[in-house]
Amino acid sequence: MSLDQNDIAKLARLARINIAETDTAELSQRIGDILNMVDAMQAVDTTNILPMANPHDAVQRLRADEVNETNQREHFQKIAPQTADGLYLVPQVIE
Amino acid sequence: MEWEVVIGLEIHVQLTTKSKIFSGSSTAFGADANTQASAVDLAMPGTLPVLNEQAVKKAILFGLAIDADICRDSVFDRKNYFYPDLPKGYQTTQMDFPIVGAGIVEITLSDGSTRSVRVHHAHLEEDAGKSLHEDYQGMSGIDLNRAGTPLIEIVSEPDMRSAEEAVAYLRKIHSIVTYLGISDGDMSQGSLRCDANVSIRPKGQEEYGTRAELKNINSFRFVERAIKTEVLRQIELIEDGGKVRQETRLYDSDKNETRPMRSKEEANDYRYFPCPDLLPVHVEQSLINELMAQMPELPDAKRQRFETEFGLSAYDAALLTGERPVADYFEAVASSAGDAKLAANWVNGELSASLNRENLSITASPVTAEQLGGLIQRIRDNSISGKIAKQVFDALWNQEGDSADAIIDNKGLKQVSDSGAIGAMVDEVLAANPEQVEQFRGADEGKRKKMLGFFVGQIMKASKGQANPGVINSLLNEKLGG
Repeated sequence: MSLDQNDIAKLARLARINIAETDTAELSQRIGDILNMVDAMQAVDTTNILPMANPHDAVQRLRADEVNETNQREHFQKIAPQTADGLYLVPQVIE
Repeated sequence: MEWEVVIGLEIHVQLTTKSKIFSGSSTAFGADANTQASAVDLAMPGTLPVLNEQAVKKAILFGLAIDADICRDSVFDRKNYFYPDLPKGYQTTQMDFPIVGAGIVEITLSDGSTRSVRVHHAHLEEDAGKSLHEDYQGMSGIDLNRAGTPLIEIVSEPDMRSAEEAVAYLRKIHSIVTYLGISDGDMSQGSLRCDANVSIRPKGQEEYGTRAELKNINSFRFVERAIKTEVLRQIELIEDGGKVRQETRLYDSDKNETRPMRSKEEANDYRYFPCPDLLPVHVEQSLINELMAQMPELPDAKRQRFETEFGLSAYDAALLTGERPVADYFEAVASSAGDAKLAANWVNGELSASLNRENLSITASPVTAEQLGGLIQRIRDNSISGKIAKQVFDALWNQEGDSADAIIDNKGLKQVSDSGAIGAMVDEVLAANPEQVEQFRGADEGKRKKMLGFFVGQIMKASKGQANPGVINSLLNEKLGG
């Protein structure tokens, strides 16, 4: 499977990654290689094999429903670019 | 053309856990902004989610309540999108292996008929934070206290055919989750939120029409209005030669209209994939058995029991079992009063009217179940009449006494059954109304009955409502007959 420049541009937009136009050719080559490997794996006959969600032969450990985190807002907000009234401020988003 | 409406609902239910689904932060409502947002909730690098046992159990309980298959190895996935109230850049949710599989919910419509609505599945996921768009000139404020609150999203099949059915289904889900105690179901606080997929098709057509998704409708009333409004819009659009677009629309309750949300380009390309931070959740049969054993009596079973055990009408039983606190209150009143039908009348009548008037829920009722039960006992043993009972109820409501007995004593409201005292009042009334007495004696049997009411009324008035009507009647008959 190969990707053209438009596919790369779309993926970059979805991932919010800025990609220089001069890099797209190399990127489409590299991602294309990965997809070729995926194609190779998909050629394997997996009839009657259950999809595997995780390679570890283990199941999720659960935690008891207890509150054990304390308020560390001041600590966390020290590294925030902007805050007000305890809120993190971000460029306006309205849907 | 005759149109058929097709509706499917996606209902988000906040689970009543103390801590979040993947972290030990509190889920309490109403705390100061970001004081309940830990490093995990903020998606700080290096943090890992650890799944809350109670969230899993509560989801399974819901599944068992709707007779669904429980997925023995369910899987969490990442749903990728960028929005500031979702710090990780993805929502941890379930896609291919949700914890609750297909189930069934029975709904009852206002004409008493019932229908089944199929639930496609229900999955566990985390809630996002809140964005505040006003007050911060050109900026949005983000509060992540809600981020990571456990939710189940219950996805129905497109089985509903009217706004009324959709509301009945939503109410039923509300009733089930509150009976189970897995959610407080408070729509005003966002504990239960609903999106509706609405489409129309010519009656008889098999194929579904294009649907619009109505977002975040936050009350039972608005669900009905939003769907009705959207159906009318679609019918008009199609009959004018237009086409319904598949899109997300917001319901504006002030203007009673739906309008398209500005759709972001490629907004639906969520690129789901299994979450590598979480292992599959394995559910043992022993856990299912344990939860099955904890299952409380559910609304349908309770309604039937109220009909058979207490001899209530289907209507009364349905009213009393819609919400568990109401059902519990009623049962407490019935057992203390010793008369279930009177208890049902008072709970559905006077109490419910007073609660509605002051916009209170039954758990905040100023009159306790024991107090109301005590009041009904005094009606049953003829200590007070129904009319006086309402006065006593009002006094209990206004906290004028601890019990019906105390209020009856203090205010001297006890019914007078003493024939000597009532006899004196009867004599007085007869003496004061000689004309009516004359007419009565001259009237035939049929008319007399009606005329008797006049005298009973006068005597009741003279006794301030406290005279026993049975005694009045027998004395009147005796004295007038002579």
